[in-house]
Amino acid sequence: MIPKPFELHSPTTLREALSLLKRLDDPKVLAGGQSLVPLMKLRLVSPANLVDIGNVPGLSYINEAKGRLLFGSMTTHDDVAESLAVAKRCQVLSEAASLIGDRQVRNRGTIGGTVCHADPAADIPAVLLALDARLRAAGPRGKRTIRAKDFFKDLFTTALRKDEILIEVEVPDLPPRTGGAYLKLHRGKGDLATVGVAAAITLERSGACKEARLGLAGVGLTPIRAEKAERALEGRKPTGAVIAEACEQAAKIARPASDIMGPADYKREMVKVYTKRAIETCMERA
Amino acid sequence: MPTKQVTLTVNGQKQTGRAEPRTLLSYFIREELGLTGTHIGCIVGRCGACSVILNGKVVKSCMVFAQQAEGAELMTIEGLADGPKLHPIQEAFWEKHGLQCGYCTPGMILTAFDLLNDNPDPSEAEIREGISGNLCMCTGYVNIVESVKAAADKMGRSRKKAIPSRSRRSRRPGA
Repeated sequence: MIPKPFELHSPTTLREALSLLKRLDDPKVLAGGQSLVPLMKLRLVSPANLVDIGNVPGLSYINEAKGRLLFGSMTTHDDVAESLAVAKRCQVLSEAASLIGDRQVRNRGTIGGTVCHADPAADIPAVLLALDARLRAAGPRGKRTIRAKDFFKDLFTTALRKDEILIEVEVPDLPPRTGGAYLKLHRGKGDLATVGVAAAITLERSGACKEARLGLAGVGLTPIRAEKAERALEGRKPTGAVIAEACEQAAKIARPASDIMGPADYKREMVKVYTKRAIETCMERA
Repeated sequence: MPTKQVTLTVNGQKQTGRAEPRTLLSYFIREELGLTGTHIGCIVGRCGACSVILNGKVVKSCMVFAQQAEGAELMTIEGLADGPKLHPIQEAFWEKHGLQCGYCTPGMILTAFDLLNDNPDPSEAEIREGISGNLCMCTGYVNIVESVKAAADKMGRSRKKAIPSRSRRSRRPGA
């Protein structure tokens, strides 16, 4: 299992990387390679030109800015999972990163890579939906910021243009009295989500739900923001009946496919179960 | 595709070989560097038999292109022992029967090496999580887990002797 022949480019500046993307025929950006390299070996993907951004300086960092955490796109999952700053300020992202693949994959795979790969069953994209993250792209016309909810367009397809590179992921701090959680059903350790639910829930002092954001993994062509489920919670006290209504709404928007992990009906039921658990975990943490 | 020269430090020594862009690091290690301790199992990044330490971290060498290792520090299983003296992890695998056919063992040991670097005193759950990217198809993981635990004990003892107050980052509980 060897990939089809391709040319490997190793730019050492962002500018050079961007100009390669513009100039080359059928280019593909290589980040950590933990999804792309296996796909190339299976010859499901065979780009003519691979632009490895591993030697571009300044793309691997975790910055604690005021009101938000900033991640360079080449920051590894291990760095995210092991960061005390992330554990303290964004527990849900820290937990989700530590659930990815295995040690070897986390050592090499990157936050930007998993976002751009846009596998609907990946963990981080659903979490970034729930966290209302912003994704910063650099292109020939400069930089632009895309909200996570506008980023995932279709199966393995994002809002990034062919000549753009994701350079930064911005995660706003959760407001006070907010809990976050990511729970996933998966077959074996390190597998992608059969069903994953990410949630961030802000409570009023009264205990009513002020704001809710839910991201679903593994149950559609993209990670899905379950907005109707969020509205079922907002402004109401999250009693059993209210949570059940949110779970119904989440299951309704899910579009799971029947596959080796289970039939679609089963997965839709699991969306309910995991949505309930995620909401309850958020409330405990809020 | 034409090959390109790749120069890297392998087990402490500078080495050079040639690789096409599509040559995987795993094949480069075996065929160009002649280090056949790195085993090739599944080739799709599931089995972990080809695990090596690249720039201080364990990675699956079938998930990296050889040309990406230009200038890197690479440690393979051949670099772990100190001459004829086995590394404590190797000793522990020997003593605890942490292998049967041995095919997964180089990857298993290097993953354990990375795990113990991060977390010198892992619980059983942490060991099992730590080696979850390495598959053993002979028998199971009981003796492998025992081996890693024994290695942690051995290394803990020698660390106490050598550098009493060394602190390392450790994994958060439950991670």
